[in-house]
Amino acid sequence: MTGTIEKQTPPQQIRFRDKKTMIIKCPYCGPRDVIEFTYQGDATRQRPDPASSDQTAWNAYVYDRTNPMGSHREFWLHAGGCRQHLIITRDMATHVISSVGFARDAVSSGREGDRP
Amino acid sequence: MTSSRLPQGGRIDRTKTVRFTFDGKAYSGHQDDTLASALLANGVTLFGRSFKYHRPRGVFAAGSDEPNALVTILSGDVREPNVRATELEIHDGLVTESQNRFPSLEHDFMAINQLAGPILSAGFYYKTFMGPAIGPLRSTRVWMFFEKFIRRAAGLGRAGIAADPDRYERMNAFCDVLVVGTGPAGLLAAEAAAETGAKVIIAEEKPVAGGSLLASAELIDGRNAAVWAREKAAALANLPNVRFLTRTSVWGYYDGNVLTAIEHVSDFKPNRTKGQPRQRYWVIRTGKTILATGAFERPIVFPGNDCPGVMLADAVRRYAIEYGVAAGNNVTLFTNNDSAYEAARALAQAGINIVAIVDVRADVSGACIEIASSAGAELILGHAVTGTHAGKTLSSITVQHFNAQTGHVSGAPREIKTDCLGVSGGWSPAIHLASQAGGKPEWDEDLQAFLPPEPNQNWVTAGSAAGYMDTVSVLSDGATKGSSSKTKPKLPAVDAPMFDASPAPVFEIEPAVKSQKAFVDFQHDVTADDIRLAYREGFHSVEHLKRYTTLGMATDQGKTSNIPGLAIMADVRGITIPEAGTTRFRPPFTPVSFGAIAGERYGDLRPHRLTPMHDWHLANSARTYEAGLWHRPMIYGSHGETVEQAYVREARAVRQSVGIVDVSTLGKIDIQGPDAGVFLDRVYTNMFSTLPVGKARYGLMLREDGIVYDDGTTWRLSETQFLMTTTTANAGNVMQHLEFYLDCVWPDLRVHLTSVTDVWAGSAVSGPKARAVLEACVTDTAIDNATLPFMGIVHGLIGDVPVMVCRLSFSGELAYEVYCGAGFGTQVWEALLEAGKPFDIMPYGLEALGTLRIEKGHVTGAEIDGRTTAHDLHLDWMLSKKKPYIGSGMKDRAGLNDENRLSLVGLISLDNQSINGGSHIVSDAAPREPADSFGHVTAACYSPALGKYIALALVKHGTSMIGNRAYATDLLRGKHGAVEIVSHHMFDPDGSRMHG
Repeated sequence: MTGTIEKQTPPQQIRFRDKKTMIIKCPYCGPRDVIEFTYQGDATRQRPDPASSDQTAWNAYVYDRTNPMGSHREFWLHAGGCRQHLIITRDMATHVISSVGFARDAVSSGREGDRP
Repeated sequence: MTSSRLPQGGRIDRTKTVRFTFDGKAYSGHQDDTLASALLANGVTLFGRSFKYHRPRGVFAAGSDEPNALVTILSGDVREPNVRATELEIHDGLVTESQNRFPSLEHDFMAINQLAGPILSAGFYYKTFMGPAIGPLRSTRVWMFFEKFIRRAAGLGRAGIAADPDRYERMNAFCDVLVVGTGPAGLLAAEAAAETGAKVIIAEEKPVAGGSLLASAELIDGRNAAVWAREKAAALANLPNVRFLTRTSVWGYYDGNVLTAIEHVSDFKPNRTKGQPRQRYWVIRTGKTILATGAFERPIVFPGNDCPGVMLADAVRRYAIEYGVAAGNNVTLFTNNDSAYEAARALAQAGINIVAIVDVRADVSGACIEIASSAGAELILGHAVTGTHAGKTLSSITVQHFNAQTGHVSGAPREIKTDCLGVSGGWSPAIHLASQAGGKPEWDEDLQAFLPPEPNQNWVTAGSAAGYMDTVSVLSDGATKGSSSKTKPKLPAVDAPMFDASPAPVFEIEPAVKSQKAFVDFQHDVTADDIRLAYREGFHSVEHLKRYTTLGMATDQGKTSNIPGLAIMADVRGITIPEAGTTRFRPPFTPVSFGAIAGERYGDLRPHRLTPMHDWHLANSARTYEAGLWHRPMIYGSHGETVEQAYVREARAVRQSVGIVDVSTLGKIDIQGPDAGVFLDRVYTNMFSTLPVGKARYGLMLREDGIVYDDGTTWRLSETQFLMTTTTANAGNVMQHLEFYLDCVWPDLRVHLTSVTDVWAGSAVSGPKARAVLEACVTDTAIDNATLPFMGIVHGLIGDVPVMVCRLSFSGELAYEVYCGAGFGTQVWEALLEAGKPFDIMPYGLEALGTLRIEKGHVTGAEIDGRTTAHDLHLDWMLSKKKPYIGSGMKDRAGLNDENRLSLVGLISLDNQSINGGSHIVSDAAPREPADSFGHVTAACYSPALGKYIALALVKHGTSMIGNRAYATDLLRGKHGAVEIVSHHMFDPDGSRMHG
């Protein structure tokens, strides 16, 4: 008995999101493994005026951290590479990294923190 | 069971004989045999004793799903336990032994546990040993007492303690497409992917490609299926864009399409080429993954299902077709689905006598009936196996009428003489890797199995891993999933009977009267009744069930037990299997040796940092110790001297004449740029922009939260260049701290940082004669007080080596730090020693350095411990009020100015006994536990300058306590002694010696 090819109903619907979690695309060195990088903290916090003695503002800067389930901006240091600090936008739930840039550029153009 | 080698057949090389031993007895097999197939060919049916009850167990499967036949490989003193006999390829000289039996496999002392069967049910250990009090032993102590006996009685193989002599390797690989599995789906998927020009890696856990085709009776393109597979694989392996890895088990699936695999490079060989690794650990980054991992046959649970001779139907077939081994002379098959008939057809072709086929279904297709009759097997429909009779091996089975709809067993038992029972309870797609990758598997009612979850990364499943159960659809699915084009792929012609892939939903045969245990998880000895017991005791969710009974938690991760276990729980709860849910699979898919994961990275992996003068230190009897990664001299020992005698001698020499110490380990950061001064004003608490060129200043750094971070001197070398020194331990952290602020906080500052710690060698010359020493060897500059005042810097030469000399003091003496290029370190050091000869210059180590600084009350990491403020350390004078700096915003908050904080004081021993570092400061004259501590000792030594044992301490209300008596107590080391609290400036408080 010779069989015929019968297409079964696909058992699953293929839907795919490109996850790039283990590789960070350093704008200077190119795509590198995450082990070369060191996490340097929340990039959305705002450092108060250095001369300020407003304890609420300093407390917020030094101690308060948001932990959003979703997109977050954070500092990473390419410690095992060019030693540049990067600002990375990462989805905290899926680890999808949507943007990588030099921290210097972002900060000096005023794009650091919560500002878009 | 009377197993034996068939006269022909199999992919074994019958021209080659391989000799090996099992439990001390010599056997022979053929090239390409596994240990399981070779032992079966020798008539061995008993492979091991079970985990808990020590029941005799035989081989159950033919691959990585084997739960029973685990053996230990012996190689000299090295033991590798829990190796699956079904995967272990034999080679000449292989020595193996069975596990969990004493004194021997056939006569096992602990088999008495079987009699205690009803007591040793699920949760036995928790209930018996963790709860009640037995005599003086309370709760967990009972467990701790009995544990060592229980561990010996229950368990798997014993791990060895000999060092692993083998080499292992790690490899990183990158590809466009990774194909896992080389069954019909994997082969065609890989071929389609390779045709697009993509870089393809193919991984097959067996030594040969083919998967299900290796034991198939089908013809593909008119050729034997196994031959077709071999040719296809050979063609693929020849392609330049394909890397074909056999004996490679992909065991982990991680984020970012990273997969891990273990390749058995040489552990199947009798002799390894020199330097060849035993195993290779692959980390594969792939664009797309095709999981063609196939499906696992699962058993039906019935009473007495664990005796040697009961196997998976597919295993019986694989031993016959792949290895030319008859697992029995009179084989019976027991099934709820059509795949057992495919097995029957193949077995009959191989010349194996099939007594009967017992099918739980009342009706089967004409094709099935035809196979049974042509194989000469009695077809017993609507019946089930309800018991087995076995000594060391199966002799007969009991069959009763069975209603597949109600699960009801009825009628008179009938005995069938058989020495091998092949069981098929349907097939479960091997979704392990897909499950690891994430997502919840989906139940398929037709297949009565979980299908892979929806992909959350770029992967697809193909073939039977995707739920296609016949070769024709598997080939088609593989070719489709492998190519990105929409065109219909050209497929080979398959000559095979068509079967229905849906099994009857029967997972367990449960007669009303049970005289035998029915096992679900063979490796952990979990029975169907254990699952029902777990339910009665309230462990309903699969996660609780798993942990309470340990179902599926053995080294096989429940490959054969998962679905039957879930089905039984769903049944007692009165819900469906998908409602009961399933647990998530975790890496590794098959056990992986630690050696392979470690690869080359074992032993001492830390870098060892040595100063340029390190060899000189060693040659001059230095005893070194490690300070972070650095090796530094502790003392320069003379013969018969204690450490204390040595450092006292060294420190005394510094105070009396002159000493020299290697300070090359200090962190050094070159800071350049027009804004360097502004930058330093912001990171230090004191002012640096006003520092004149050619001068140094002691600086203090805080953290943002106001706590002291680091200290050190920074030298202004030009208008736009500073050389910062940091503490040895903090050098890397300070560099990173400064880089962070430049990149992320003040990117507008025009400053560049370079770590130059290793660029400079440094020698500190200290003592009243230090100036005389330098004057004797430094040329091209004056060293006098006017040219080189305290904190001044000059440039000169020692011999022809340029040096930079800064007059600063850690010891409290007149002292200079002499810096030169690292390559000239020893040359300059020796020149300084030569110049110091007339003054009996004394090289000194860290112990003397510490002694000198304790006498002076200078702080180091012991006091800058991440908890102290500048005020605590009496360094408030360094806090500028003219400018903000890191930490200025928070240094004044209430908690940091609390009057109850600990602050720095000195201690002098009143009983002339040494004071232990870490001692607590108490007011009780006699040792007492617990005592009210109001401080602790940070550093202690014998002070040659004061002739007393002294210490630095952090003490509550420190300054106002000065002059009081207290006690330093260290009950752990049995020390308790009276001390006087004094100012931390214990020696030369006005600093006249260093300014002199």
